[in-house]
Amino acid sequence: MVVAIEKQEETSKKSPRFYALLSNGRNLKTMTVHNLYIFDRNGTCLHYSEWNRKKQAGISKEEEYKLMYGMLFSIRSFVSKMSPLDMKDGFLAFQTSRYKLHYYETPTGVKVVMNTDLGVPNCRDILHQIYSTLYVEYIVKNPLCALGETLQSELFNSRLESFIRALPFFSARAG
Amino acid sequence: MAIFSVYVVNKAGGLIYQYDNYVPRAEAEKTFSFPLDLVLKIHDEKVVVSFGQRDGIRVGHAVLSINGVDVNGKYTADGKEIIEYLKDATNYPVSIRFGRARLTSNEKLMLASMFHSLFAIGSQLSPEVGSSGIEILETDTFKLHCFQTLTGIKFIVMADPRQAGIDSLLRKIYEIYSDFALKNPFYSLEMPIRCELFDQNLKSALEIAEKAGTFGPGS
Repeated sequence: MVVAIEKQEETSKKSPRFYALLSNGRNLKTMTVHNLYIFDRNGTCLHYSEWNRKKQAGISKEEEYKLMYGMLFSIRSFVSKMSPLDMKDGFLAFQTSRYKLHYYETPTGVKVVMNTDLGVPNCRDILHQIYSTLYVEYIVKNPLCALGETLQSELFNSRLESFIRALPFFSARAG
Repeated sequence: MAIFSVYVVNKAGGLIYQYDNYVPRAEAEKTFSFPLDLVLKIHDEKVVVSFGQRDGIRVGHAVLSINGVDVNGKYTADGKEIIEYLKDATNYPVSIRFGRARLTSNEKLMLASMFHSLFAIGSQLSPEVGSSGIEILETDTFKLHCFQTLTGIKFIVMADPRQAGIDSLLRKIYEIYSDFALKNPFYSLEMPIRCELFDQNLKSALEIAEKAGTFGPGS
């Protein structure tokens, strides 16, 4: 298929469908979700899962959670000092040359952080959905789940897994 | 749409240049009668509102001026403590102007080195191999764009989230830095940039960028 597209590229006439195919192929190949963190307001990492992560931070997971939370905490204070106007939602996202970090915080201080590929647009709604339809439904409303500790709920984990895998920009064979 | 400010940070994280291009006004002035119905507290050597948000006066806003005279940190212009001054019924009615506190140069220095570290952590926590540090940081009120040169100098532009063409502006600022700071025989590397030509050219580049112009060759 790829060969066919490349051959077609060499010919001078290219139909709009060719470009559509090409860009679709690109999106499928590159768009992805790398990992997801959920923190509570004290900085405890409640949940972590990863899908297409190619590089580890080179430190233990516990240390990594602390570093991530510390970075977000500092970014929040940095942003609130730097802002020229009063902020409503505050910090939303940042991107580097290779990945994009999406951030969502509830008024109670639960923070949902998702790292994705650069091509992914604003994810605020999706992160809000993770909070409201998964975290609230399966953790907050579950009397057996202690708040403020790492989430043990298998139901939550499997629902989250299928939710992420169903996202339009999730691609398992990203590479 | 606007470009708010420009920062240049050297490779050690020190702020070597800062320019405020546009500071939006978010201020509210109001005349109060004796028992002041706002709760004020001292935070970072400034008097800020801690409770009683109303009429455009928001929690976190600082006292900027009293009866039209600018205050000096937590003191009034004639050296009295603001909190004490406002407790005295004989000083009322009083007109107070509130607004977001402007950053002091010390705070700017601190924030610049803070960003320097955040930039490094951003690349360490990358899930992908070979990532740079933070290039774009998005909030609902502004977008921060950062360009790090191969020699480690960071050019940071804060602009309206909808402002386009910041990428080419950052490269243009790098060009201006190379032309008017580095080629200036009186400029020493890593030190604060005090070059008139740099200032002038930076200002005109910001003007062009705000009008959504592009930087053609020789512009």
